[in-house]
Amino acid sequence: MSEEKKDDGLISVFIDGQEVRTKPGTNIIEVAASVGKEIPHYCYHPKLSVSGNCRMCLIELGMPGRDRATGEPILNEDGSPKIMFFPGPAIGCGTNAAPNMHVKTDSDMVKECREGVTEFLLANHPLDCPICDQAGECRLQEFSTSHGAGYSRFVEQKNVKPKRTRLGPRVMLDDERCILCSRCIRFCQEVADDDVLGFTDRGSYSTLTCFPGKQLENNYSLNTVDICPVGALTSTDFRFKMRVWFLKHVKSIDFETSVGCNTDVWAREGKIYRITPRRNDEVNDTWMPDSGRELYKLVDGENRLPHCKAGEANVSASDALAKAVELLKGEGVAIVGSGRCSVEEQYALKAIAETTKAVGVYLVGRYGDDDGILVSRDRNANVRGALMTGLINSLPEESLSDLGAKIDSGEVKVVLSVKEDLVAAGLSKDQIAKVKLVSFDTQRYASTDLAGVVIAGLTPFERSGTVINQQFRIQKFHKAVPGPAGAVDDLVALATVQANLSEESFPSTVASVWKQLGESGPFEGLSFKSIPDEGVLLDGSAFGALPFAEGKSLHFEPKQEAVAAE
Amino acid sequence: MAIVLKRKPLNFLEKLYLPQIVAGLSTTFKRMLAPKETMEYPEERPPIPKGYRGVPTLVKDPEGREKCVSCQLCEFVCPPKAIRIIPGEIQDEEHANVEKAPKEFDIDMLRCIYCGMCEEVCPEEAIWLQNQYSMSGYSREEMVNNKEKLYELGGTLPDQHFKWKKKKEAEEAGNAH
Repeated sequence: MSEEKKDDGLISVFIDGQEVRTKPGTNIIEVAASVGKEIPHYCYHPKLSVSGNCRMCLIELGMPGRDRATGEPILNEDGSPKIMFFPGPAIGCGTNAAPNMHVKTDSDMVKECREGVTEFLLANHPLDCPICDQAGECRLQEFSTSHGAGYSRFVEQKNVKPKRTRLGPRVMLDDERCILCSRCIRFCQEVADDDVLGFTDRGSYSTLTCFPGKQLENNYSLNTVDICPVGALTSTDFRFKMRVWFLKHVKSIDFETSVGCNTDVWAREGKIYRITPRRNDEVNDTWMPDSGRELYKLVDGENRLPHCKAGEANVSASDALAKAVELLKGEGVAIVGSGRCSVEEQYALKAIAETTKAVGVYLVGRYGDDDGILVSRDRNANVRGALMTGLINSLPEESLSDLGAKIDSGEVKVVLSVKEDLVAAGLSKDQIAKVKLVSFDTQRYASTDLAGVVIAGLTPFERSGTVINQQFRIQKFHKAVPGPAGAVDDLVALATVQANLSEESFPSTVASVWKQLGESGPFEGLSFKSIPDEGVLLDGSAFGALPFAEGKSLHFEPKQEAVAAE
Repeated sequence: MAIVLKRKPLNFLEKLYLPQIVAGLSTTFKRMLAPKETMEYPEERPPIPKGYRGVPTLVKDPEGREKCVSCQLCEFVCPPKAIRIIPGEIQDEEHANVEKAPKEFDIDMLRCIYCGMCEEVCPEEAIWLQNQYSMSGYSREEMVNNKEKLYELGGTLPDQHFKWKKKKEAEEAGNAH
């Protein structure tokens, strides 16, 4: 080992003889994974404490031998250090990397251990894979195939435990399938901070249950379903809806709050079936709130707008856009943008605001309670996007009373509203009736019915783009399903409006918008393609003085001044 | 250059035509008296050999429980994507332990290629390619067998292992130890 190598603070660990440089104390499962060697495990989870109870990750461990009397290294005949392996196996998840540690992950003893553990786990497993929702993404299924014996020697009667138990409003428990890994218990204790789960009884009677009088009903309960390595915990919403092997997953972002949890949207043939968290160690680890998992119901929600409208009549998107341009050519245009639009759409909106010489640009603020984990106070996913594109320069307020006053004074005659219900945002129906309203909506709101032109847009699951979360991290989301036939992509619609108003071309795709955005300004050097899946941290120091609403949450500390201001 | 083949002139016997007529008629009479090789389809139907792959059907167990638990493996394995299943939860108390059954089960017989992979993959022995080989209809919709039609075609499978009934009995009897 050279001197230079020693200085980087890394140590050498040998996985099946292959040298790996790693930080001291790294979990051996992670070290092995970094060189593509899988140590099978059930109870170990990178974001939870180590409990070491499933015994699946047994490995052989050894250190270079030293003579007990002299302390001299024991050498092989060829002069290399002799590795003394422990006589018994050790669990990989409970072992931290130490200098010159040697690990065998596929020796005969290790293979035998895995086979034994698998046989015991399967002894009382009900094998109801045909009716189990986990089938297809079940660790027990996978490891039984790769590390199991392939047949059963168990002739006795299988254990009977409670099946079809409701642990809470969103989680079902099948105790027979449970392999007692305790991931869910540790999750509730350590991450959700709602200690409701525990094991009762001993030995083969051991059963996962809720504590008496309690329910697994916190806003993170469905994460237990995600981390359950078997089908013991299943989601009531996804129960029996579709087998996972039919679903394609697309990387997306949770639009619920400014945390911007990374998600996977699982869809088949244009229908979304579930949303699960996607690992991002800088934002949401491997978790997401339950509330964000239900957002996909918007796509087929009963208030969904399937086509564009001009007055009462349904019209094609191009006719609606032509009408919108006509209205926006008038005097006294005000723009109500949304903190739920993507950066690209806000950029297009900013261009429209400049072309129409807008007398006011507003965003509707949404604030709720935060929980200190992954739900922040700001319920708009992309307020920082609006700030960084220059659409607005102060934080949005919940009420549009300023716009209302301008309407009453006659200063505002035309309102362009994007994805916002103006009635809910504090304008009266009389006020809206005084102006010509051009409304870009996905759902039918109270103000949608009052609009002169309604342009049916797409939900976040039907379009691509970027959003900037509370850390000023810009993250990408992608289209998972196609939108309704009568709807038009918001960015295309906004770009068309802008191009018609300014009579100059305007980019109408995400990639082409980014060609302009990346030229200069806060996004300089970036392109849609170059933003990695885990996002890029942007410099938000220009907005340091703004009193952002967010409190402390997972991987996020609010700025000191903001805290002091509270 | 064109090839000219000279035709051989007919000899006396050939000129008579009689030997040819006799030879031809002998074949006719031999066939007339030999056992028949065709049958009067559709009044008469051929015997179906064992293991024949006819129209896929769904079966019930001897107690009338539908065997399919809608695991959708047949839908997954089906090469021409002829099978379409919408899974559902079992509501009736008696079979509540089976939990899952198909809400809708469609096999498009215009797509089906009778490969039998659905039967092979089924973990519950619920789908069988049985003896029926002739399907006809006046519209495309008619050629899609829905769940009722599939059970009507399938009938009952007389196997006696009663897997789910035994599970239910074990559940009711409580723990074994």
